[in-house]
Amino acid sequence: MTKHEIRSEIAGSVWKIVADKGATVAEGDVLLILESMKMEIPITAPCSGTVVDVQVAHGDTVDEDQVVAILGGSA
Amino acid sequence: MISRVLVANRGEIACRVIRTCRRMGIQTVAVYSDADRDAAHVEMADAAYHAGGSAARDSYLDIAKLVGIARAAECDAVHPGYGLLSENAEFASACIAQGLVFIGPSPDAIAAMGQKDTGKHLADRAGVPVLPTIDCRGLTDEHIGRAAADMGFPLLIKAVSGGGGRGMRKIDSAQQMAASIEAARREALGSFGNADLLIEPYLEQSRHIEVQVFADCLGAAVSLGERDCSVQRRHQKVLEEAPAPGISAELRATMHAAALKIVRAIQYRGAGTVEFIVDTRQGADASRFYFMEMNTRLQVEHTVTEMTTGLDLVEWQIRVARGEPLPDTARNTEVSGHAIEARICAENPAKNFLPSPGLISLLKFPPPGPDVRVDTGVRQGDKITPWYDSLIAKLIVHAPDRSSCCDRLIVALAACEIEGVHTNLELLRSIVCSPEFRRGGVNTHYLNERRHELLASTPIDSRKDKDLQ
Repeated sequence: MTKHEIRSEIAGSVWKIVADKGATVAEGDVLLILESMKMEIPITAPCSGTVVDVQVAHGDTVDEDQVVAILGGSA
Repeated sequence: MISRVLVANRGEIACRVIRTCRRMGIQTVAVYSDADRDAAHVEMADAAYHAGGSAARDSYLDIAKLVGIARAAECDAVHPGYGLLSENAEFASACIAQGLVFIGPSPDAIAAMGQKDTGKHLADRAGVPVLPTIDCRGLTDEHIGRAAADMGFPLLIKAVSGGGGRGMRKIDSAQQMAASIEAARREALGSFGNADLLIEPYLEQSRHIEVQVFADCLGAAVSLGERDCSVQRRHQKVLEEAPAPGISAELRATMHAAALKIVRAIQYRGAGTVEFIVDTRQGADASRFYFMEMNTRLQVEHTVTEMTTGLDLVEWQIRVARGEPLPDTARNTEVSGHAIEARICAENPAKNFLPSPGLISLLKFPPPGPDVRVDTGVRQGDKITPWYDSLIAKLIVHAPDRSSCCDRLIVALAACEIEGVHTNLELLRSIVCSPEFRRGGVNTHYLNERRHELLASTPIDSRKDKDLQ
C-alpha cells in the first residue's frame, strides 16, 4: 500500500472533515473542506484508497503545504 | 444628533466610512480582531477597541461585544458597512435597544428581505415580476421532482437563507434531482443553519442589473441609477458599472419604478439595492426582468453610483439616520458619464480563483483624481489573512462615455503593482480588453465560459515575485 500525504494548498481553517479515519474513498472524493477568505476549498483524494489518518480537527488553523491527512492508496 | 460613530466593520469599507465621518466632523471608533490589530482602519479611526479573536464569529459578528463597545466608547450611532452584521436584524435591534442610532433601515425592513422566499413574496405582492418558485418546505422529494419536471430543466436550487453566492446549485436533468437536493440541504444547513430550499428556473442567458435606492423617514424615495454587475465568478461580482450598457430607456424606467415599489412596500429607510435578473435570450430590447433580492445596506459597488452622480452615499446614510429629509439635489440627481469598478482580489485565477493570503510586499495604485478612485484597507507591508475576504482594493474610474471609461480603466489597471500574493489584476485587464466586454452587455456566464481564453492572454502566473519572473 502506497501512503500519500495529503497537503493543504492554502492557509485557512478546517471547516469540515468529510472522510474520517478508516473511510474508503475513490479518486476525486472530498476528504475535507477548508475555509479560507470566506471560500470553501475542498481537498480531494488523489487516488482511491483508505484514510489512514486525519491530522487536523474541525476549526483547526492550517498553513499552506501542511499535511492534513494520510491516504493509503489501494493501487 | 450623531457625533461619534462605531464602525462595526473592517477593511476598505471601514476606512471609507471613517473618511466620510471625518469630513462631516463626526468622530469614529473602530473595532478590530486579533488578526487586524495593526490594520489600516484601526490607525485611521479616532479610537479603536479590541473585539476578540480572528475568526469573524469571535469578533466582528459578536453582537453583544460590539454593542458593549459602542456604549463604553460613548458612541451615539453604529455604521455596519456591508457584509458581517450589516443585514442582521438582531444587531440593528440590539443597537436601538441600547439607545444607539443604527445607520441603516429598520430591523423589520432588514428581516423582511433577509430570506429569499419572504423577499420574493413581498415583491410579488407589490406587483414586481418574480421568477416562478418551488418552495421545497414540507414537500416530499417526489412532489419536488414532479414540480421540477413541470417547470422544466435547467433549474437552480437556492438556500432560502443563502447569500454571497453560496448555497446555489444548478440541476440539468431529473436524474440529478435527488442527489442535488440532498447535497444542497446539507450544505445549506452547514453554512446557514437552515436547510430550507427553493427552486427556480435557471436562465441560460441573463444579466445582473441592480437599482440603487435611497429613502428618508418622511416617505421620500429615489432611485439613483442602476448598476450592471454581470461579470461574475462563482456568483460573486468582479466588475461593476453604471449605467447598465445597451438597455432601452423603457426597460430602465420600468426597473427603477419596480425598485421603488418595493421600497414603499416595506417603508424602507436609507440606502438599499434592489437586484434584478434580466433574461436576455430574446435580445436586450425584449428583455424581461425579475426581482432577485434586496440588499438592505450599502453595496460594495456603491462607488460607481457615487462616481456617476457625484453624491456621497455614506454621508446620505448618516443624514437620513439623523432624521433629515433627502436633499433637493437627491431628488433631481442626474447620472453623468460612465463608471466602472474593478475588484482587485488576492486570488489565483489560474487555479480556479484559489484565495492567496500572504504579505503584500509592494502595493502601488494610480494616483487618485476626480476620475480615478481607489478604495482600500490594505497598505504595503500588510498581511492578507485567511480570516476574511480576498478584496485588496476597489479601483473605480469615471469618463464621459463607456468606451473612454474602458480605456481609462486599462491604463489605471496597468498602473497597479502588487507583489507578494497572487492577484486577478491581469485577468481584469484581459476582461476589459476583450471585444465582448468592450461591446457591453455580457451575461453572467461570460467570465466562467471565457475564463480559459481570457487567462491565456495573460501571463500564466500573475504573482510578480522576482524569482518567478
